[in-house]
Amino acid sequence: MRYFADVAALARKDLLIELRAKETVPAMLLFVVAALTIFHFSVPVKSVSVNAQHQVGLGLLWTAIIFTALLGLTRAFVPEREQSVFDALVLAPSDRSAIWLAKAFSVFAFLALAELVAVPAFGLFFFNVGWQTIVALLLANIGICAVGTLTGAMAVAGRARELILPLLFLPLSIPIVVGGVGASIIGGQKYLGFLALYDAVFVLLSWGSFEYVVAET
Amino acid sequence: MVSATKLSKSFGAKRVLNKVDVSLDAGGFLLVTGPNGSGKTTLLRVLAGLDAPTSGEVLLPDRGVIGYLGHEPLVYRELTPLENLHLFGRLYRVPDRAERIGMLLERFGLWEVRDQHVSTFSRGMRQRLGLCRVLLHKPELVILDEPFNALDVAGSALLDATLDELGPRSAVIVATHDPERVERLATQRLAFA
Repeated sequence: MRYFADVAALARKDLLIELRAKETVPAMLLFVVAALTIFHFSVPVKSVSVNAQHQVGLGLLWTAIIFTALLGLTRAFVPEREQSVFDALVLAPSDRSAIWLAKAFSVFAFLALAELVAVPAFGLFFFNVGWQTIVALLLANIGICAVGTLTGAMAVAGRARELILPLLFLPLSIPIVVGGVGASIIGGQKYLGFLALYDAVFVLLSWGSFEYVVAET
Repeated sequence: MVSATKLSKSFGAKRVLNKVDVSLDAGGFLLVTGPNGSGKTTLLRVLAGLDAPTSGEVLLPDRGVIGYLGHEPLVYRELTPLENLHLFGRLYRVPDRAERIGMLLERFGLWEVRDQHVSTFSRGMRQRLGLCRVLLHKPELVILDEPFNALDVAGSALLDATLDELGPRSAVIVATHDPERVERLATQRLAFA
């Protein structure tokens, strides 16, 4: 129970900081709406068949979501990095994986907020998405936050951190895009199951390896 | 409490620490001096367990008994002193947290501003809060990197008194450009060239 109390305290801290600083969520909202607007004008989906519209449009939605998540992840450890607070966190006797879990929760909340705006905006510019896309987005969020928070912590330690995060995160997010686009376009349980499996594997891997990632940050 | 044997640390081709030996027990006070870039901060980070040495052996206490103050106070600017100390108090398993936090904030002159955001504080006030965070869990190993930085006369006097009081129950390691300030407490000295 103490572990989850630590996670709750750390996640509450992240949400409180965002509530006061208002830096990450507004940036993510602006980015995803701007990206969808650009896609709307740059990709003439309405001039192609309905089937092609769906395929291209959903691909664009997933592209916008992944890069919006990347923007949020880039900001995730900024409060810890700017004041070197990470040192004080990793010296605490509490389980270090609580830092990862709390940060993943807060990134999940920020990404879900961005998607609450992105999905209706996508409906406005393109077409309304089905329930399978919504479920796929929720499953994808778990994987994005698990992997993204781990790679974000790795990037905190590096000198070229702005480069390291996308270089680590984007290749690892390819299966998420495959599963998400597959579930959105083809449907069926297969791709949702694939996303759930990705989540299970990477949540466990990230949770178990965070201790070693921050061992010398 | 803490010991290091033939401790070396390199960053790429540059060797910052070269076979340094440190052995400090409770009640000991190690004064580390030297010019900028001589390896003081690197040594303190290795002795805090924050960085691994390139070679050599380091024996450290459990991380929960270490109080570390770096060049920054290691507190969240967007939170208040109370919120910061309650968060770290929870993570560092501090019993009677509210009472301990109240006592430290009073002592370091921050009680009146306990609900103000740290981002509105001067560097000296943040340093005082950093010292509150370091002392919150009554650490057995206190590691302070330039602790007098940014402190005014009153703040420096408070830190002097605090270092005096740490006494026999804690081992203390201080790196400073102002060694005269803590010379009287030092039981060991390490001077980098």
